[in-house]
Amino acid sequence: MAGHRIYMITSISRFIEKNRRALIALLVLSVMMIIFLIINPQVFLNPLMYKAIFKTLSMFIILASAMVFVIVSGEIDLSFGSIVGLAGWTLVLTLESGLSPYLGVLFALIVGAFIGFINGIIITRLGISSLVSTIGMSFLIRGLIYIGTKGMGTSVVYLAGTPFYNAFIGSIWGFPVNMLWALGFVVLSVLLFDYHIFGAQISCVGDNLESSLEMGINVATIKTLAFVYVGIASAIVAVQFTLTNQIFYPGSGDGLLLIVLAAVFIGGTPGWGGIGTIMGSVIGACIISVINSGIIAAGVSYLFKEFFYGLIIILALIGHKLNEKRC
Amino acid sequence: MPDLKKKQNNLDRNQEFRRSRRGITKFLDNNRRALSVFIVFIILMLLFIIKNPKIFLNREIYEAIFRSLPIRIVLALPLVFVIVSKEIDLSFVSNMTFSLWIFAATVKAGWDPFLCMLLAILAGALIGLINGMLVVRIGLQSIMATIGMKFLLTGLVAGGSNIMPIPLTFLVDTPFYNTFAGKIGNFPVQMIWAVVALVIAMLLFNYHKFGSDISCVGDNLESSREMGINVSTVKTLAFVYVGIACGFAGVLSGLTYLSFYPKPGSPDELMLAVLASVFIGGTPTTGGVGTIFGAFIGACTIRFVETGIIEAGLTGFWTQFFEGLIILLALTSHKFHKSR
Amino acid sequence: MKNKFLELKNISKSFGKVSALERVNFYIKGEPEIVGLIGDNGAGKSTLIKIISGIHTPDCGEIYINGKRMENWSVVKSRASGVETVYQDRALAMQQTLARNIFMGRELTSIFGFVKSKLQFAEADRLMRTIGFTSKVFASDSAVVNLSGGERQGVAIARALYFKANLMILDEPTTALSLTEAQKIFDFIRQARKGGSSCIFITHNIYHAYDVSDRCVVLDRGKIVMETDREHTTVEQLVKDMQKIAQNNGKVREGINNARS
Ligand SMILES: Nc1ncnc2c1ncn2[C@@H]1O[C@H](COP(=O)(O)OP(=O)(O)O)[C@@H](O)[C@H]1O
Ligand SMILES: [Mg+2]
Repeated sequence: MAGHRIYMITSISRFIEKNRRALIALLVLSVMMIIFLIINPQVFLNPLMYKAIFKTLSMFIILASAMVFVIVSGEIDLSFGSIVGLAGWTLVLTLESGLSPYLGVLFALIVGAFIGFINGIIITRLGISSLVSTIGMSFLIRGLIYIGTKGMGTSVVYLAGTPFYNAFIGSIWGFPVNMLWALGFVVLSVLLFDYHIFGAQISCVGDNLESSLEMGINVATIKTLAFVYVGIASAIVAVQFTLTNQIFYPGSGDGLLLIVLAAVFIGGTPGWGGIGTIMGSVIGACIISVINSGIIAAGVSYLFKEFFYGLIIILALIGHKLNEKRC
Repeated sequence: MPDLKKKQNNLDRNQEFRRSRRGITKFLDNNRRALSVFIVFIILMLLFIIKNPKIFLNREIYEAIFRSLPIRIVLALPLVFVIVSKEIDLSFVSNMTFSLWIFAATVKAGWDPFLCMLLAILAGALIGLINGMLVVRIGLQSIMATIGMKFLLTGLVAGGSNIMPIPLTFLVDTPFYNTFAGKIGNFPVQMIWAVVALVIAMLLFNYHKFGSDISCVGDNLESSREMGINVSTVKTLAFVYVGIACGFAGVLSGLTYLSFYPKPGSPDELMLAVLASVFIGGTPTTGGVGTIFGAFIGACTIRFVETGIIEAGLTGFWTQFFEGLIILLALTSHKFHKSR
Repeated sequence: MKNKFLELKNISKSFGKVSALERVNFYIKGEPEIVGLIGDNGAGKSTLIKIISGIHTPDCGEIYINGKRMENWSVVKSRASGVETVYQDRALAMQQTLARNIFMGRELTSIFGFVKSKLQFAEADRLMRTIGFTSKVFASDSAVVNLSGGERQGVAIARALYFKANLMILDEPTTALSLTEAQKIFDFIRQARKGGSSCIFITHNIYHAYDVSDRCVVLDRGKIVMETDREHTTVEQLVKDMQKIAQNNGKVREGINNARS
């Protein structure tokens, strides 16, 4: 009996040890929620509040969990905002040409994956730093979208209420479908990252590139796959983004760049590669979304929203740092 | 330890090697990246002039460019220092807006503009100092910490100013305005300030201890520490330098556009364009090496391309596309230089 | 007499203007043996073993495995032939678990590429115990950063052990170790020979080399300058020979300097 208890204790401490970074993020989220609940319990106990949060949360979650792979591999991707735009445009173009919207989603996915692939090739084959080349890619794609659309948006209001619409952002028994997609994506990401050879190898690649090469890991392929994964995630987000706003505009996805990176970092994935946490990113995304909706509910001018983003980002980072030093 | 000695020897040998070359060859070799960008720039200009001689041989277009270009140059130059030290700063645009806000608010309250400018620069420097402290003392990664700072400042400015624009038109033709944004003949004074900034940055980077220290720090942190370089101070100074530049650029932009107008959720375009000029100029992200002159040329290239595209009859929508293309091409060519 | 397991013929390799290896001939017998590879810093030892493990391609020369000429030698082929290398510099992914390091690049996977983590942890535990590192401080799921220098070497060696190498290459494994820890590594190398693995053991330390090797090969500025069986020499003799080589080396340098001035 006693032995059993000890086993339990050690396994709990193991769990804490393993998920330290995600747990710190969870702590930040909890403290924030408690503060919001104290300030304005009415709003924060109202399910409608969460409905509003869920609307954007799914996109943050999907992008932030995909970003973990790229960041763990020791690279960075600053082009995903533009990929969201390009994939959204692909969807809209397909719709305009009268094809099935599902086909549009497929094309969007292919386009997203393809740009991710190009990113990967540029970085692994030409050996250009990902920070710079993805900035370039971002400009290139955004430029293409503006040129192609002549800067004009396209309304897709007519999709509202169709089975297609419901399949992506409708609701089932009151639960938003877009969150189900996000959940599915998170499960896939966790499986890949924690239980699959892909996650094991990408961690080694980000941790010690030379050694990974010497151990026969196909570094170029692994890194490229990570960029492709982000491309696919961007395409999924593009579909949700376009349907949620009921319009595609050429700047779609522009504002996502730094906020998604912030979610990843708040979540406890450090920028130096080798380690990361999908669950942390999910929590980081929640933190961002809660601030987003919570600020106004808490009676602060929405203009200060970004100030609080910044504050929480810096505080969370300091929290992670202290946590690192302690162990 | 023996490893360290080996590296030390290598460093010494490299320096000897460098010293042994003289004059033009040395200059060419040290500035290969910057020069190749310069050549591309010249070719581009020739193309523009051939395609559209009326406009590109006209004074006015340069006047327009020389009014907005200095802001980017002033921002880009100190960034080289930060990037060479193997850090990055993503908060500089919001820092610029922040400093501009300080400047505009105080100047509107009737303070002496020179004093207000000093305040703006101090504010920028303070933010730089905080960035440096977060990175050096607390040990946050600069990319993460400065993203945080960017949001913090953007929100602070938006909330603090209530996104009310502050017009600065009343400054026109004051001695202050003429000092920083006036004209000598037809030549915008801003551009002279940009050149002053360039000279200062080049002096610091190539001839001052600060420059050589920062290169060592970015090249090999451990051995720099062993050699007695105060790594923390050097890195912090780089961030402060960026901050000072933000303050100055903020004032310049206030005087150029004659208003302070914070856009909520500020777009990251200017940030990416300025970073791109540093990278196009030939400063790699790997730390230890960089070129100030390259960043200068990089900023010019991007600005001229933007203008050239529009004047060539294409819509403004093409600018981003070409910027992206230039970034990718320039980097690929730098890569080939290196492997050669 | 069995075929030689590995044979290098006329291998040369240069990096730019630096010629790291010049017409080197080297072999490993068919029966398990321990070969000590000795040489000054920069002699080309690491370059030689990186060629054997397929990381560098030689500029010219031939590589034979069991008497068969190998074309397009590579990391993958080298590993497939049972060559397992423990690298001198930065061999481990520090933030990853011990188990993940042992199985790096060759994770034990089940269907669809999912990693059998439990099995990996169990195997890692067993391996570390076999080698004789029975620390209570770490488990197979602790990160490598937390291990001591010797334990880190142990992880790398466990890697070689698990994949039952025909030839194990250790690049200066004892440099960062305490005396007892180094002794443990020697024990392990001998044990591995009994189990049928050959070993190339690189070191500066002649005494270490003599202690454990069946055969010593001395590299000097990219050339093999001496080769002796342990049976035919004593450690004193070996030290004398090495001194001679060092002196020659000095003379050559003097010569170069004279020629220059
Ligand atoms: N990747 C490389 N690029 C350039 N020169 C190299 C490289 N690897 C080794 N060298 C050079 O080759 C020579 C032999 O190096 P190495 O084999 O590492 O020596 P050892 O391991 O015996 O100390 C040295 O002069 C070294 O500088
Ligand atoms: Mg060596």
